[in-house]
Amino acid sequence: MMTRWARPLVYSTLLLFALLFISPIGFMLAGSMKPDALVLAEAGGWRAFWPTALSLDNYRDVFARVDFIRFLLNSLFINGMIVGVGLLLNSLAGYAFARMAWRGRDLLFGLVLAVMIIPLEAIAVPLFYMVSLLGWRDTYLVQILPFIANAFSIYLFYTFFIGLPREFEEAACIDGAGVLRTFFSIIVPNAKPVFATVAILTFLTQWGAYLWPLMVTSGESVRPLPLAIATFHSLPPLQWGDIFAFGVMMVLPVLAVFLLFQRWFVRSVAATGIKG
Amino acid sequence: MQTDKSTFNPSRSLTAGLLSAPALLGLLLFVALPFLLAVVLGFTNLRLGSPLPLEWTGLEQYRRLFSDSSFARAMLNSLLFALVVVPLQTGLALALALLLNQRLSGILWFRTLFFMPVVFPLSLVAVVWALIYAPGPNGMLNSFLQLLSLGAWTPRDFLHDIHLALPAIMLTSIWQGTGFQMVVILAGLQAVPSELHEAAAIDGAGRWQKFRHVTLPHLRNTLIFVVLVTTILAFRLFDQVQIMTQGGPHGATATMMFEAVEAAFVRQQVARGAAMTVILFLVVLLVSWLQRRVARQQREVT
Repeated sequence: MMTRWARPLVYSTLLLFALLFISPIGFMLAGSMKPDALVLAEAGGWRAFWPTALSLDNYRDVFARVDFIRFLLNSLFINGMIVGVGLLLNSLAGYAFARMAWRGRDLLFGLVLAVMIIPLEAIAVPLFYMVSLLGWRDTYLVQILPFIANAFSIYLFYTFFIGLPREFEEAACIDGAGVLRTFFSIIVPNAKPVFATVAILTFLTQWGAYLWPLMVTSGESVRPLPLAIATFHSLPPLQWGDIFAFGVMMVLPVLAVFLLFQRWFVRSVAATGIKG
Repeated sequence: MQTDKSTFNPSRSLTAGLLSAPALLGLLLFVALPFLLAVVLGFTNLRLGSPLPLEWTGLEQYRRLFSDSSFARAMLNSLLFALVVVPLQTGLALALALLLNQRLSGILWFRTLFFMPVVFPLSLVAVVWALIYAPGPNGMLNSFLQLLSLGAWTPRDFLHDIHLALPAIMLTSIWQGTGFQMVVILAGLQAVPSELHEAAAIDGAGRWQKFRHVTLPHLRNTLIFVVLVTTILAFRLFDQVQIMTQGGPHGATATMMFEAVEAAFVRQQVARGAAMTVILFLVVLLVSWLQRRVARQQREVT
């Protein structure tokens, strides 16, 4: 269907955009291996994207200047808890809403749909004073607990569970299985796609969290990576090579996971638009 | 609903209640309650360390906000950001999705590439772009523009330029966010039945006609959704501003959320900050309501 000239035109347009999209990443990657003077001196030409020096000194500097491993573990722990516990609690709620008849269900589900629209930004100020009164500042808890229950996750689970055939529960009922056993041994194995979708979306929205950690943490002990890179950026002396090395290290694990499970990432993101 | 009437009994209600209780409790405590608190606080004069007694002041905070030029500036900046970023980002995402929605070899590589910035935390993106915008002829964007203009471009200090700071933040945000919308639109495109395109081709429709009369109507709800989400994200803008410009120069990049955080945390004006976030919520509510209306109209038409 494509005319003779269309193909090269499509490719060259894609290539042009690809270069624009990748150049900041190439700049960071190449710069992370150069001494600072070179990062700045070469920023104005093609050498900016080329590792002209190839040294890992900047990476060594990062470890010498800040406790990078600590920030990494903080981020992994906080996000692991939000995703893991969130999957459990939100899927159970989605299940109760989708597949059980109970008093108050419709009212409560209406509440879930209503709070889905409230962004963190709209509640950050009073939430901050609530957790301050409880003495939760500078803890892991304050970065995890408020984000476990998630209305959009419940909604995604709900829409998936409601489409499963009734026979699942009927078979379990004959076996005499209780609700929890039915859920874990029959529903969960048949709902892997929605669990993957919710896990990836939760991770994508929480991994980069900046505003909330900025508000509730002041020390380094529980600081996550996104806040750590910003404070590292403002930590004198300003060393761009070090900052880029920090950036590469913080994005590399996520990038690796993304490249490995790319199909799932794409499917999850696409799923957000289907409700339209 | 799919559930069976015969299962509607008290013990089952209790079980269902127990299953959903932890998540519902979380939503009540950490979303609904602080939201109500934000509304209530907005009607008071709460300010930490203030000698004045706590009072119910009604709409006083809102009256002051709407007569305050710096908040008006912030609202205008947020609006401007949304007005520029939403069409540009959606348009770019649509264009890329259309280019990728073809059976060509290597197309998946491009999709991977365009999506990659989405997994970058905004704070890292802001830090990297701060150097891209470095002033002087050696700055990356400056020398790129000089190359494009054959030397006619005079180097600017983007992030300290009152006219260029907000556009610079816009560009950074578009770079990070486009991949997400692109994937959503691509999924929408792939849901368009291919028989329709074939039928249109038999009827002698050209490329543009097929896009206009087959693709676009099918894509409409997806596009409405993408526009809604991008608009809401645009009004929530904070991270890039806080890291790249601190709202400067002279308030040129201050947004609603940046002002709210400044009020509540830097100046300890809790009530004022809460009132600002309530306004932010009302904007989000308005945008969602508009989207619902447009989507419903569409359903009535077809």
